[in-house]
Amino acid sequence: MSITVRFFASIREKLGKGEVLIEAKGVSSASDVWDRVASTPIPPNTLVAINQEHVSLAQAVRDGDEVAFFPPITGGAT
Amino acid sequence: MRIRLLDRGFDPWREVAAYQAEQPQLAGKFGATTVFVGTLRDFNQGETVQRMTLEHYPDMTEKYLERVCHEAQSRWQVADMLVIHRHGVLAPNDPIVLVAVWSGHRDSAFAACRYIIDELKTRAPFWKKEETESGPRWVEQQ
Repeated sequence: MSITVRFFASIREKLGKGEVLIEAKGVSSASDVWDRVASTPIPPNTLVAINQEHVSLAQAVRDGDEVAFFPPITGGAT
Repeated sequence: MRIRLLDRGFDPWREVAAYQAEQPQLAGKFGATTVFVGTLRDFNQGETVQRMTLEHYPDMTEKYLERVCHEAQSRWQVADMLVIHRHGVLAPNDPIVLVAVWSGHRDSAFAACRYIIDELKTRAPFWKKEETESGPRWVEQQ
């Protein structure tokens, strides 16, 4: 099993990828997932979702999870 | 209740009329309908907007739109709701989002409609990228 990591919007563009798979071994939190997939520090205000639920960076991740990183949401209308 | 994500343009007024016509059980059960339509402006933050791309996180978006609607239903007396949100490429004057609420009374209809649009703006994962004269830019949260 592995962890699916997804990126959206400006973070997807900066990293140059939308989705990667990583081994779950040695990864315990969403923050660890970022460190595994990116060589730069996580941008300020980055939001995290695990299995499509908003969570904090400290949230634990498990084998088979889908972890997503994205900038603050700008939908709807102003 | 109906929630739709569309990758093509839509006419919000026709959608409201068509949805209501498809709900015969609503007849006589509501005294107020509020409709909010968000439309793409051709200006933002001092620049002319030529086009906009709305990116979203499929499935998570629907999940949060549904959750926000259910929250509104639990807080106010709501007979029915219709939410339509665009994604993909939009031009100025294109509708971005529609929120329609049918309720027994106007206070609930206004409050639920306001709640849904305000909450979806911060919780449903959508991101706007504008194309302006000085190039593309991601819209920052205000």
